[in-house]
Amino acid sequence: MTIPITAEDDTVQELTVEELRAKYGSGMTIESEENMLLSMGPQHPSTHGVLRLLVELDGETVVNLANDIGFLHTGVEKNMEAKTYTKALVMTDRLDYLAPMSNNMGYVLAVEKLLGVEAPPRAQVIRIILLEMARIGSHLVWLGTHALDLAAMSVFLYCFREREYILDVFEMVAGQRMMVSYFRPGGLWRDVPEDFVPAIRQFLDFFPAKIADYEALLKNNPIWLQRTKDIGAISGEDAISWGLTGASLRGSGVDWDIRKSHPYMGYETYDFEVPLETDGDVYARYHCRMREMWQSLRIIEQALARLKPGPINIDDRKIVPPPRAELGRSMEAVIHHFKLWTEGFSAPTGYVYQSIESPRGEFGCYLRGNGTPKPARVHFRTPSYVNLASLPVLAKGTFIADLVAIIGSIDIVLGEIDR
Amino acid sequence: MGIEQKLGSMGVVTYRLEDLVNWGRTNAMWPMLFGLACCAIEMMSTQASHYDASRFGMELMRPSPRQSDLMIVAGRVSRKMGPVLRRLYDQMPDPKWVIAMGDCASCGGIFNNYAIVQGVDEIVPVDVYVAGCPPRPEALIDGIMTLQEKIRGEKLTTWAEK
Repeated sequence: MTIPITAEDDTVQELTVEELRAKYGSGMTIESEENMLLSMGPQHPSTHGVLRLLVELDGETVVNLANDIGFLHTGVEKNMEAKTYTKALVMTDRLDYLAPMSNNMGYVLAVEKLLGVEAPPRAQVIRIILLEMARIGSHLVWLGTHALDLAAMSVFLYCFREREYILDVFEMVAGQRMMVSYFRPGGLWRDVPEDFVPAIRQFLDFFPAKIADYEALLKNNPIWLQRTKDIGAISGEDAISWGLTGASLRGSGVDWDIRKSHPYMGYETYDFEVPLETDGDVYARYHCRMREMWQSLRIIEQALARLKPGPINIDDRKIVPPPRAELGRSMEAVIHHFKLWTEGFSAPTGYVYQSIESPRGEFGCYLRGNGTPKPARVHFRTPSYVNLASLPVLAKGTFIADLVAIIGSIDIVLGEIDR
Repeated sequence: MGIEQKLGSMGVVTYRLEDLVNWGRTNAMWPMLFGLACCAIEMMSTQASHYDASRFGMELMRPSPRQSDLMIVAGRVSRKMGPVLRRLYDQMPDPKWVIAMGDCASCGGIFNNYAIVQGVDEIVPVDVYVAGCPPRPEALIDGIMTLQEKIRGEKLTTWAEK
């Protein structure tokens, strides 16, 4: 199937004010015809993907702003309905591509909830270690690109240096740097290799000094402070009513973390703090995420101490395929293996909602089963999507140059916005 | 010791113009800072400290298509993004090349559905396809070197005719 797409089809870029009004309705009000209308994106280095913003400018001041999303619409949710529960897992990796582990977790937990099973303790501990590694990895990309947007090039280079280490660990356990699909319903794809624990220990040893390095570059840097302090401030009440989650909410002083309020995977048994800031501006959100990295290290350290040998999958052959070695001696295992990889497992009729604290905020997965091996409906409540909706409020009245700082500070990923 | 001292006694260097031009085009390529999805993160990794694409003469990413001569389509192209991508390609000055990075840009990848263009070669001519979901930075570097190989063999007239 070829649908010709030519430059003549391009009408997205050139809309008149009347057409804009028709297209965006109440989402975009234009106060004065004399103001300048600026289209920012979808090709822009600082919109963190293919986001398009329509900005009404009075001089340099942002008067109004509308988000134009959908440039990365992938049809993930619809596509998942055509796949078995296990196969649909690979689609979740590509939502929030900075923290695929978190997406996997949200989806896998929802499937497990629907099936009514729980992963064994060893799997849970490994999951927590990798989730927190993913959180740090995601924050490193956020910090690097956020600083790059505000013209601090070296932070980007340092952040990506450490991120490579985290990706190496992911590759070690899952065979893939980014799209891991490592967590499976009922446990894990396979056990971690022997090098895993030493690698994490080494990470715990060297990483605190690196966080200190980033902070040394930014924390008291006058340019950084001028670009981030009192920019894009939002009060706690407003942040709640706009549905902000994650560090964007905690930067406004609201104590809300899914790991604490609706614990999953035994997070309630770990000793960690939820960093809070009160100012609600770009700097507060930056500082919140930096402090979160320290807390993630604490959690990883505690999880490492709990890592005991044991099974990594539940002992239910209807959900988890049998180990390879069993296939040679058990007919039962061959049948289970064949059934699982051709047909998949069936989930009962019903619906569940499971949310987790992804690096960006509340990542929720709504899942409806209808007794077949394929989900009847999958829907994701993605934090970036909701956080982005607050951008017109955050950016109103700021300078156009600060808009870049604000977009960076709410840490959006277009993959999970458009999905 | 500078090149002028090396060449001082020789006076004149003769060289095929085509080779010289291609050599220049190969080793000072300005890719467009054009990230779409997951592959863009690996493209950033390629640019960043560990893999360091500046070893191949392309440390300068240009956000503007007017200043770039290589478009790395990093990620899935949706039907809404298609016209934008074509426009960006048209805005790039000749000579220009395209790398389709990753399975989605090459052939739609795992997203065989209503939303995604099944291969960016439906919209723009592609010189090099890099497989992987996403390709490792090494794979992208390999793709870039393949493209450089291709450029070295190009004729000057190829771009003059266009």
